Amino acid sequence: MKDLTFGTLIAVFEEIFGAGLFWAMVVIAALVTAAYFYVLIRDRSVSWRKFLLAQLSMPVGAILAILFVQNVTSSSFSDIGGPVDVIVLLGVGVAGAIGMAILVYTVQSLVKGRPGEKEALN
Amino acid sequence: MIDDIDRRSFLGLGLGAFAATAASLPEAAVAQVRTNARIVIIGAGAAGTALANRLVGRLDGAAITLVDPRAQHLYQPGLTLVAAGLKPADYVVSETTDWLPSGVTLVTERAEGVDPVRKTVRTSGGQTLDYDFLILAPGLVLDHDAIEGFSLDMVGQNGIGALYAGPEYAAKTWQAASAFAENGGRGLFTRPATEMKCAGAPLKHTFLIDDRARRAGNASKMDMVYVSNNDSLFGVPIVSEKVRMVFGDRGITPVYSHVLKAIDAGRKIATFTTPDGDAELDYDYIHVIPPQRAPDFVRQSGLSWADRWVDQGWAEVDKSTLRHLRYDTIFAVGDVAGVPKGKTAASVKWQVPVVEDHLVAAIEGREGTETYNGYTSCPLITRIGRAMLVEFDYNNNLVPSFPGIIAPLEELWISWLMKEVALKATYNAMLRGRA
Repeated sequence: MKDLTFGTLIAVFEEIFGAGLFWAMVVIAALVTAAYFYVLIRDRSVSWRKFLLAQLSMPVGAILAILFVQNVTSSSFSDIGGPVDVIVLLGVGVAGAIGMAILVYTVQSLVKGRPGEKEALN
Repeated sequence: MIDDIDRRSFLGLGLGAFAATAASLPEAAVAQVRTNARIVIIGAGAAGTALANRLVGRLDGAAITLVDPRAQHLYQPGLTLVAAGLKPADYVVSETTDWLPSGVTLVTERAEGVDPVRKTVRTSGGQTLDYDFLILAPGLVLDHDAIEGFSLDMVGQNGIGALYAGPEYAAKTWQAASAFAENGGRGLFTRPATEMKCAGAPLKHTFLIDDRARRAGNASKMDMVYVSNNDSLFGVPIVSEKVRMVFGDRGITPVYSHVLKAIDAGRKIATFTTPDGDAELDYDYIHVIPPQRAPDFVRQSGLSWADRWVDQGWAEVDKSTLRHLRYDTIFAVGDVAGVPKGKTAASVKWQVPVVEDHLVAAIEGREGTETYNGYTSCPLITRIGRAMLVEFDYNNNLVPSFPGIIAPLEELWISWLMKEVALKATYNAMLRGRA
């Protein structure tokens, strides 16, 4: 790569997904992250019950991410050819796991509302 | 403490920061150079289009004219994937006009001649275009007629493939190759003795069809033969050795110093020129790559090397600056450039900024500083799902982009991912002048 700048990377990602889809995904990722921080700040604590379910969803996210990448690139586990491939595979898995955990935690928090709200209503 | 933060303003802050990041993404603009120079670019392929997009950003007021009759733009690095049934033919096709910036003129005619003294270009429609600077980027010509007994209408039947000829022929090549991978027999994978586009492509086709046959459970029925034009398998010695080893692993037999001369499609026999005279090899599948030459107008306009590649006619340019050695207002970029390496899209990506630099410098009345070192890249596919990311320069040195991370001579999944996912995107970004 010559001049692998941030701008080049953005241009490449725009071409991979199309500019509309790419920026939509960036906005969604940013919104989910913002919503995650929002519920953390709103609740002023981590709900370990929600976090447990989020953790349980992590392997699912990891596997889904790996299968997605393999599926769109006509490849499989048998194509792993060296250490860097294992690192890439793990990286994809970790990204999928973290994304899934944040998503699951945030959705639970948004849907179920703030802890203590039910008691207050009762 | 956290309670003190108003939630709306917190969210607003986050989105504002994001918007600010997004707004700052376009690279810092270089001050444009004011000029009324007339720049003619012959060819609106990868090189011509990328250069036009970059020049529009660098120059203010230049009259940029592209001359190219082709309505279709081809993403040629995708042809090997089409010919292995991995992508449909339309994967490589777009419109020439999709990529051109506004403010340039496209003349949809063929260039028929250049008068480098009067500085004019003559087109097939009878127009005469005056230029101050001329960029030769017409690509090259596939000389199919040079193979006796062969014509393009044979591709796809009777075990004949020719993926270089374009998307529809690449798709037909897959028809013939998939039948071969199913039925088995002897496959001959040839390459010409001339300079050629992407010298890795003949190898990729060999590996991919071998892999297809393996996956179909037909490995035992295959007699795969790679027919090299000289005594090596690749122009870079260390890569050639590696390919020899991978061939050994796959059971692909190399045959050396055989140049395809003729085919007898009825009898399925190919004739090769060898140092010991003609030799015949029978086949069930043959992949034909014809000799490759500069378009006739380059030679007829006196722009070719007189003492090198005399049968091929590549433009006589300095190998570091790509400037014509006899006419300093002419540059050549892409396949037509008479340099020892670099008929690939990756080379174009490295060549275009060099030509841009010297051209803009010439307009400003100074000397350019950028140089091209012969960089070429080839994600050498060795099977579906793995490739070797081979990058090298004029001196046959390996010049890996990710040293210590992506080994150039290892068959890796990550290199395949790059070819499969990132390459076309990078190519498109290059066309737009953004990579």
